[in-house]
Amino acid sequence: MQITVNINGAGETRDVEPRRLLVDFIRSDAGLTGTHIGCDTSSCGACTVLLDGRPVKSCTVLAVQADGSEVKTVEGLAEGGELHPVQAAFKEHHGLQCGFCTPGMMLVGSALLEGNPDPTDEEVRWAISGNICRCTGYMNIVTAIQAAGGEGS
Amino acid sequence: MYPSAFDYSAPGSLEEALATLAELGDEGRVLAGGQSLIPMMKLRLAAPGHLVDINRVDELAHISESNGHLAVGALARHADVASSEAVSRHNHTVASAAPWVSDPLVRNRGTLCGSVAHCDPEGDWNSVMLAVGASVVARSSSGERVIPITDFVVDFFTNSLDPGEMVTEVRIPAYQGPAGGAYLKLERKVGDYATVGVATHLVLDGSGNVAEAGLGLTAVYGHNLKVTEAEEMMAGQTPGPELFAEAAAIAASACDPDDNVRGPAEYKRAVVAEYTRRGFAQALALARGEG
Repeated sequence: MQITVNINGAGETRDVEPRRLLVDFIRSDAGLTGTHIGCDTSSCGACTVLLDGRPVKSCTVLAVQADGSEVKTVEGLAEGGELHPVQAAFKEHHGLQCGFCTPGMMLVGSALLEGNPDPTDEEVRWAISGNICRCTGYMNIVTAIQAAGGEGS
Repeated sequence: MYPSAFDYSAPGSLEEALATLAELGDEGRVLAGGQSLIPMMKLRLAAPGHLVDINRVDELAHISESNGHLAVGALARHADVASSEAVSRHNHTVASAAPWVSDPLVRNRGTLCGSVAHCDPEGDWNSVMLAVGASVVARSSSGERVIPITDFVVDFFTNSLDPGEMVTEVRIPAYQGPAGGAYLKLERKVGDYATVGVATHLVLDGSGNVAEAGLGLTAVYGHNLKVTEAEEMMAGQTPGPELFAEAAAIAASACDPDDNVRGPAEYKRAVVAEYTRRGFAQALALARGEG
């Protein structure tokens, strides 16, 4: 069936099978490979995108379900050549090690800061608890998200 | 991993959804949050012929209080339940369970009604519903049934819906007087199934005795287990540590946990007893306004 998903402000119209997963629509059809596939079983959060503003696991959403919706991926965080505050803070505070979880972590962090610009350590850890960092480097991720909040406020 | 091929409809109204389900019969399966169904389809454990996606049926997204109960619609996400003021005011067991369901990303998408209908014995919600005495509203093109949760949860992944029927709402009794509850969950990590989950519910009468007690257990039996024997034993009694210890002993012997990666059976049995005691102590404190 034909669907149109607005990804990072641009409409992407394709004819897809109902079983096409949103993550593959984003990576293969729209060519945005910043969204990663980790576990493919809804556990790790590497495939996190914002669907109408809420973080979701795109390996566990059908592309047809996103018809008419707005999706934001890591490629949509920066605006006008300027890094998003969360991206800048991840760079500044080394909020990444191998980088595989980073797109998901930054999207979850940006969504948290939208509603709560000054989160406590516990609130950040709670917000990222559905995203798994295989390097176990959560310390700098938490610091980076808090620093980005501080910059925005 | 990919699901096997299926047909798909996304009706815009409940009426349209029910008409589609009536036409499809056994082939039709409702897709709400999809956080259990889609993974099962990807693993090829489920292969419905036709998904009826209700995500565009906005009238089912409600969480409201009316006629003495909380109504949670089929599109209300776990995250909506967790942040609902009506829920935190009217049922502590439901309010305390919501943040423990899976992880924040899954809670943004998955629904309470979907989880209730799924009847996964390791799912959290049905223990809560069994403890608080909820009912399930099932609609089909030919009418509506209100099914007590004890009749709805039949067995392992099995509910009592007929073909063409769908869950439109779960009804949870709202507190009318002094009442409290808790859901305590032991999990190895966020997003894992419970090692053990215990839902407690306590309503006090005018003299402070137990008018009604509810106890539901997760992941320690072939389905979510309502510990009726403990509930009946507590009715009319004076609430306190002695009574809760007695209920805990009944719960520990009523459950039948497996030895598995989450722990040996004897350990889980001990956790059931301890969480039953703690859960009822929290429920009592809340009912007395000390929580």
